[in-house]
Amino acid sequence: MTKEEIFRAHVSKVYRLLMLLFALFVITGGGLIYYMFNPGFFDFKSKSETVVSVPLDLDEDRIENGIHLRTGLADAVGLMVVVNNCTNCHSAKLVIQNRMSAERWNTTIKWMQETQNLWDLGGNQEIIVNYLVTNYPPKAKGRRMALTDIDWYELED
Amino acid sequence: MLFILIYKLSVLKRRDFVKKATLSSFATLIGTELVFGSQMLDGYTPLALQNPDPFKLFNKNKEMVVLNDKPWNIEAQAHLLDDKITPNSSMFIRNNGLVPENIDPKNWMLTIDGESVKNKKTYTLAELKSKFEQHTYQLTIECGGNGRAEFDPPAKGNQWTSGAVHCASWTGVRLRDVLENAGIKNNAIYIGFHAIDRHLSMDPTKEAISRGCPMHKALQDETLLAFKMNGKDIPLIHGYPLRLVAGGWPASVSGKWVNRISIRNKVHDGAKMTGTAYRVPCKSVAPGEKVKDEDMCIIESMPVKSLITYPKTGAKIKKGNPLNIRGHAWAGELEVHKMEYSIDFGSTWNTCNIEKPTNRLAWQHFSATVNFPKVGYYEVWARATDSNGVAQPMILPGWNPKGYLNNACHRIAVKVN
Repeated sequence: MTKEEIFRAHVSKVYRLLMLLFALFVITGGGLIYYMFNPGFFDFKSKSETVVSVPLDLDEDRIENGIHLRTGLADAVGLMVVVNNCTNCHSAKLVIQNRMSAERWNTTIKWMQETQNLWDLGGNQEIIVNYLVTNYPPKAKGRRMALTDIDWYELED
Repeated sequence: MLFILIYKLSVLKRRDFVKKATLSSFATLIGTELVFGSQMLDGYTPLALQNPDPFKLFNKNKEMVVLNDKPWNIEAQAHLLDDKITPNSSMFIRNNGLVPENIDPKNWMLTIDGESVKNKKTYTLAELKSKFEQHTYQLTIECGGNGRAEFDPPAKGNQWTSGAVHCASWTGVRLRDVLENAGIKNNAIYIGFHAIDRHLSMDPTKEAISRGCPMHKALQDETLLAFKMNGKDIPLIHGYPLRLVAGGWPASVSGKWVNRISIRNKVHDGAKMTGTAYRVPCKSVAPGEKVKDEDMCIIESMPVKSLITYPKTGAKIKKGNPLNIRGHAWAGELEVHKMEYSIDFGSTWNTCNIEKPTNRLAWQHFSATVNFPKVGYYEVWARATDSNGVAQPMILPGWNPKGYLNNACHRIAVKVN
């Protein structure tokens, strides 16, 4: 083997080593960058990110199809005044299922102030009562209603 | 990129903190310890806290109807009440306040006090169980407002339809034995219960509900301080660890989470005893009429009533096939003496078989075989008559401001093809 051939062999050995180092550097560097974006990737015990997605900033007053999602109340004039004054102690479900005239709502509000620690509503009272009688008016039921919403099914005996 | 990393870490830490802080109170809320709670997956919030599923939380049938989630009020549908002894899964939930947490049965105390107690006394649960004889009764407990949804003009409150009633088996000691152990003065008129559930406003000076009954009801054999329901510890939502049970009277007399009974020398004046709560006009009024508080009288025994629990409304059957119906009937302090059904809107009535109650104040089971003359739409109406000869009305009974005591006949729809 000539001197030149020995030199060439050395150079190619060094070249291969350098390439290997470079490849390792690229892999490690890439891994590090990936880790910065996905810090949970190498933590095999923690499965949280894949099991449950937690929406971080969901709008809690989102409205869909005219309904305030969080409370189920109708989106209409006075909605947020009702949400802020009438859903602290009890659920909006209690409000929605009660259908009363303005006079009876005012009496109910007075009762809540006298016995249930409801605060003075000031000018908001009119807004609230208007919202309630407009969106949840009483329905006439008479002495007995017809049966409705019957879920018919075949009865095999 | 570094910012994202730091943000993610802080989110994880915050969740971890919230999780640890809520785990202990959560355990009491669902009435059981969370095994491996500390190993719960990061970012996983217990279902009951994140988006409460009352059916899982209280072990209720999925067909139960949630009327209110703060406070919790949930009712059954008629066909869910088919069992002779109502299982927990079909029992309605009525709450006036917030469900208590952190109940420690070992340190639970029941105090007997009041103007008319001879010696104020305190008992632990263990003392109650060992000192007094234990009794088991099946007791019909119906919410005073069951059927409120039908009143016109509408009455205020949770709009119960027909499912706020149950008849479970209750085990406990007689209230009479405990009251007599403490001593009852001659001037005793009423008892009032006190419990640990908090007022909705969280005001510690207010009680969510503190009702009671006259001495004659308190001293009945069947009036219990119960610690078991259907053979097991009472579920938290139904009053664990101690519940006053007074069958045949508005369910609000059967106080949950009871830790004090006062023997009063006057009609008890606790929360929901006064004003219009669990009261009806002493003299009948026209629908919608205003009634003064002083003209309202406390509801005592519930009126005669019945439910068709089989089949579920909406059954379609073939012409010529008979239909077997069944259900339960009850009459407050009284017994049901006659049970009938009608398929022609009350023009004619046919007799049902009605069993005697297992014990006083238990609901009674009825059954009948119904034949339909031709194809068409039918309603099967059921009507019970009590031992005083008083029957259920087909239309709504007397209107009252709070919509109590609707005992109008129950009916189911049937189509014959």
